[in-house]
Amino acid sequence: MDDAELLERLLGGDEKAFTELVVRYNDSLIRVALYYVNTLSSAQDVAQDTWIAVLRGVDRFEGRSSFKTWLFRILVNRARTTGTKEHRTIPVDPLDTGATVPATRFDEGGTWRVPPEPFTEAIDNAVANERILRIVHESIARLPEPQQAVVTLRDVQGLSTMEVAEILGLSVANVRVILHRGRARVRSDVETTMQGGGS
Amino acid sequence: MKLTAPSLVCQQAVELMSDYLEGALSRRDRRRLEKHLAGCPHCSTYLEQMRLTIEASGVVGPNDLEPETLDGLVEIFRRFHDEPDQR
Repeated sequence: MDDAELLERLLGGDEKAFTELVVRYNDSLIRVALYYVNTLSSAQDVAQDTWIAVLRGVDRFEGRSSFKTWLFRILVNRARTTGTKEHRTIPVDPLDTGATVPATRFDEGGTWRVPPEPFTEAIDNAVANERILRIVHESIARLPEPQQAVVTLRDVQGLSTMEVAEILGLSVANVRVILHRGRARVRSDVETTMQGGGS
Repeated sequence: MKLTAPSLVCQQAVELMSDYLEGALSRRDRRRLEKHLAGCPHCSTYLEQMRLTIEASGVVGPNDLEPETLDGLVEIFRRFHDEPDQR
């Protein structure tokens, strides 16, 4: 069921529609909130406040943006306020051009010395492979901010790069760099685990 | 006279993969990368792994949602509906 249908049901007071939305988005809300606030428990509180704001405002939601965009805008507004109260310094992703793959994996000419090994399990369909899903989502949860917020909004929730930039108050170019670094890190975690480095 | 862009080495190619998948590379860089990929199975593996990673990210994975969190929110939801004026 898509978000629009769930919202319609929510307007009609359907509790299941509400819990479905919570299951769909609460993790991501917390991950994005962590960019702005100091602790996991603050992030959980901000996520809860966001749901209360959704319940209060859903009858006024006009659908000019997607529900997702609306939801994350509410979250970020609240998280910023909380972060300010906590005197949080928002982490900045170092924009140096630091390589995402360790230089030791290349020879002097820049050719692979230790190339990426094809995954040991044949994976044609990541979506159907529970092991990959688990590794990827655990890895995203370990990403430093702002990589975690950017990867969550772009790759987990599928917002456009422009929407991500707008929601987080970053430039599109900046979002792309952060995304690149975050994705490279997640891929590297998958590679390590799929080569028998983990379970 | 047409200038030929210098070809890429693997170490440069991997840094372009995410933007490539975003469709955000300049035409010139896209051509250079595609040319490199055509002759480099290792970088093709890297790209394929990044693609799989992104695909897997978009699937609702194992949820960290704690039952207490959900219960708390359901409680709030019920209060909203039972006493709409007590918000």
